[in-house]
Amino acid sequence: MASKDLYYVPHGSKWPIVGTLSVFTFFLGSAMLFNHSSGAKYVFVVGIAALVYMFIGWFSDVISESRAGNYNKQVDVSFRMGMGWFILSEVMFFAAFFGALFYARMFSIPWLNGEGLGGVNGTHEFLWSSFEAVWPTNVMPDPSNALGGGKAFQEFTEVIPAFGIPAINTAILLLSGVTVTIAHWALKEAKRKALIFWLFATVALGFFFVFLQAEEYIHAITDLGITPNSGIYGSTFYLLTGFHGFHVTMGAIMLAVIMFRSINGHFSNKDHFAFEAVAWYWHFVDVVWLGLFIFVYWI
Amino acid sequence: MSTLTQANDHDHDHKPTGLKRWFFSTNHKDIGTLYLIFALTMFFVGGSMAMIIRAELFQPGLQFVDPQFYNSMVTVHALIMIFGAVMPAGVGLANWMIPLMIGAPDMALPRMNNMSFWILPFAFALLISTLFMEGGGPAGGWTMYPPLVLQTGAAFPFLILAVHFLGISSIMGAINIIVTVFNMRAPGMTLMKMPLFVWTWVITSFLLVASLPVLAGGVTMLLTDKYFGTSFFNAAGGGDPVLFQHIFWFFGHPEVYILALPAFGIVSQIIPAFARKPLFGYASMVYATASIAILSFFVWAHHMFTVGLPVKGELFFMYATMLIAVPTGVKVFNWMATMWKGSMTFETPMLFSIAFVILFTIGGFSGLMLGITPVDFQYHDTYFVVAHFHYVLLTGAVFALMGAVYYWLPKWTGYMYDEKLGQIHFWLSTITANILFFPQHFLGLAGMPRRIPDYNVQFADFNMISSIGGFAYGISQLLFVYIVIKCVLGGKKAKALSWEGAKGLEWTVPSPAPHHTFETPPKLTKAMLEH
Ligand code: HEM
Ligand SMILES: [Cu+2]
Repeated sequence: MASKDLYYVPHGSKWPIVGTLSVFTFFLGSAMLFNHSSGAKYVFVVGIAALVYMFIGWFSDVISESRAGNYNKQVDVSFRMGMGWFILSEVMFFAAFFGALFYARMFSIPWLNGEGLGGVNGTHEFLWSSFEAVWPTNVMPDPSNALGGGKAFQEFTEVIPAFGIPAINTAILLLSGVTVTIAHWALKEAKRKALIFWLFATVALGFFFVFLQAEEYIHAITDLGITPNSGIYGSTFYLLTGFHGFHVTMGAIMLAVIMFRSINGHFSNKDHFAFEAVAWYWHFVDVVWLGLFIFVYWI
Repeated sequence: MSTLTQANDHDHDHKPTGLKRWFFSTNHKDIGTLYLIFALTMFFVGGSMAMIIRAELFQPGLQFVDPQFYNSMVTVHALIMIFGAVMPAGVGLANWMIPLMIGAPDMALPRMNNMSFWILPFAFALLISTLFMEGGGPAGGWTMYPPLVLQTGAAFPFLILAVHFLGISSIMGAINIIVTVFNMRAPGMTLMKMPLFVWTWVITSFLLVASLPVLAGGVTMLLTDKYFGTSFFNAAGGGDPVLFQHIFWFFGHPEVYILALPAFGIVSQIIPAFARKPLFGYASMVYATASIAILSFFVWAHHMFTVGLPVKGELFFMYATMLIAVPTGVKVFNWMATMWKGSMTFETPMLFSIAFVILFTIGGFSGLMLGITPVDFQYHDTYFVVAHFHYVLLTGAVFALMGAVYYWLPKWTGYMYDEKLGQIHFWLSTITANILFFPQHFLGLAGMPRRIPDYNVQFADFNMISSIGGFAYGISQLLFVYIVIKCVLGGKKAKALSWEGAKGLEWTVPSPAPHHTFETPPKLTKAMLEH
């Protein structure tokens, strides 16, 4: 262990610049894809590959430094605080999309229906008198008004009921929050077998959630006709559940890494920040889901 | 002491050389230097765009550029100045000075620190490359309002992803600062003993972490509206373009404090040093900064008074905006009280700080005027707004940053800069900046709209004056570059305590500060903790 009176400063590393270059390539590739530029696919794929390489390389270095006992208590606290603030930034990212959902439901839809201005809203009368302020909105403008004469947006037949797959998924995520906590208890009592078992259960639940979510998407698109193009309902539905699903996938991958590290005996009952960081992240994803379940699916 | 300390010591003995030193750096001073050089470079890039704008506005009619290009100059100028010049300059100072001020060996997360910096040139490569694309650069203003911004050509995805990239950099930088301040302070450096510059930077970092992800969400919605058929900002699908304005300004108003708070911190360091008196009302400064930061999340719609908000909303945001003037007033009062009966001398950093107090206050007052709903109906989107925010950003933030560079250059280079040239630079900047921006108040009150390359002949005289001020200001800044380079190359040797009245830990280490400082926590004496 490093002595107490010496600060720890890591030596230089190539990973930050590799990271920068890989995100750059990934963004460049994505922008080129949006523009249908030639060669976009290749840049994009190289970008993704570089990102994967960077994550694996950077984390491997950090893990081996940590295993070598390089990190002292202070570094541990830095990592903890860093993770906490990172999660706060994620919370604010989701807040933007929840904000959009609440804004649409509380303001823009009633306004489109002519509410406000003391009920005198000529615009609504002339442009979109058939609009009804209901949620989910499924009344698209009169096709004869839409540019090109066709429907501007995709109408859908029904929405996903809350007490089908979404309720099952809620149960799955809540359960996975419990299993990861049991795994943590096991780790603190240095029971490696139990730790691995409960982690495995958590990872399995996580991926099962993602699987069900994919099923739900397929059903929504093919049977119900809900797409991102289904007006504000489809927009908020897909971006909120989509970003959440992406976070669950990432979280499940991180949990899997933690599971393999546990199998390799990386953690001790006292020192296991990586485990805790991923567990925090997992709880965060869980809480976001509760918000989704209530406001996107249920009410 | 095992592998770590060896691996470590190895690094500590000599600094890495060549490209590795800069690309792989984990050293807060090197990274700070990179940030500062980058910021100055971008200041000139964004400044050249401002010169193009001012050249076009020199006379009524269209002379040099077509309107589309004009608007992309306005847009990219703003994005570069905000995200490329002022913010990186602030982060560069934070990098250099925070560890020195709190007795830490480095930033808490040095590798992440390196990445935060290196993102910047690449993000701006994405952004600036758009100027050469089909359809030209983004031209919808830095506020990126839909539906206008959705008409951007090939530049659109580059704009959005560049903003994401810059956001990632700033969030990582902010987390680093927060963690450094909360976890790396030397024993005895309690929170209320920290220099004010450190305080303002932690609070700024909170603003960054809480507001940038919201912008990221907003621009993501722009992207999906354009390419994936969503209708967040499209009334035909039940959305609302005004929603974007809410999201943008929920980020945007805290953002203006992200630019301003570090400047407050800087002048709170400099004024006591040259007034040779402790800062008046230290605790109230800390609380005022925190209140400004908190309030800044509740005033965003003062940018949207004319968009058609419910009256209750207009009133709420008007009163909330007025409220921010209170803690800001506390700060201005404290700076003046610090100078009161001080034994003042007027070296360049002090001159810039005093100019900051006066000119930022002018910008603050015009801000108050804009914050009054009924009158904003007249001022909105006129040159009055342009004058207002350039007073707070240029004669505010940029002046403070330049003052900071003069103040700490001796610590960085080991040499005193040329004081006489510094003062000439100060007077040139102050006079020309006022010639540049003061007449814009009159233009705005008379109704000249912003973001338009042509104007009615009645506005010709003031515009010509403003443009002359602009060119003169631009040229004067070359002097700054000369002074800095001259100081890096040599000059009068600087003492550890480069300014007689300066207080704080940074002045206890030699000038220039060695590559590694405070490798073990320093023992702090009472005198070191004074401010
Ligand atoms: C070198 C001195 C500067 C000059 C001569 C200058 C000049 C201008 C001009 C002429 C405009 C266009 C106004 C319009 O037509 O709407 C403008 C816009 C703007 N500038 Fe500057 N500027 C300078 C420095 C700065 C700095 C240091 C900042 C920020 C840190 C800044 C931020 C902005 C912003 C935010 C806009 C608004 C862009 C928009 O409308 O989207 N400027 N500037
Ligand atoms: Cu504001």
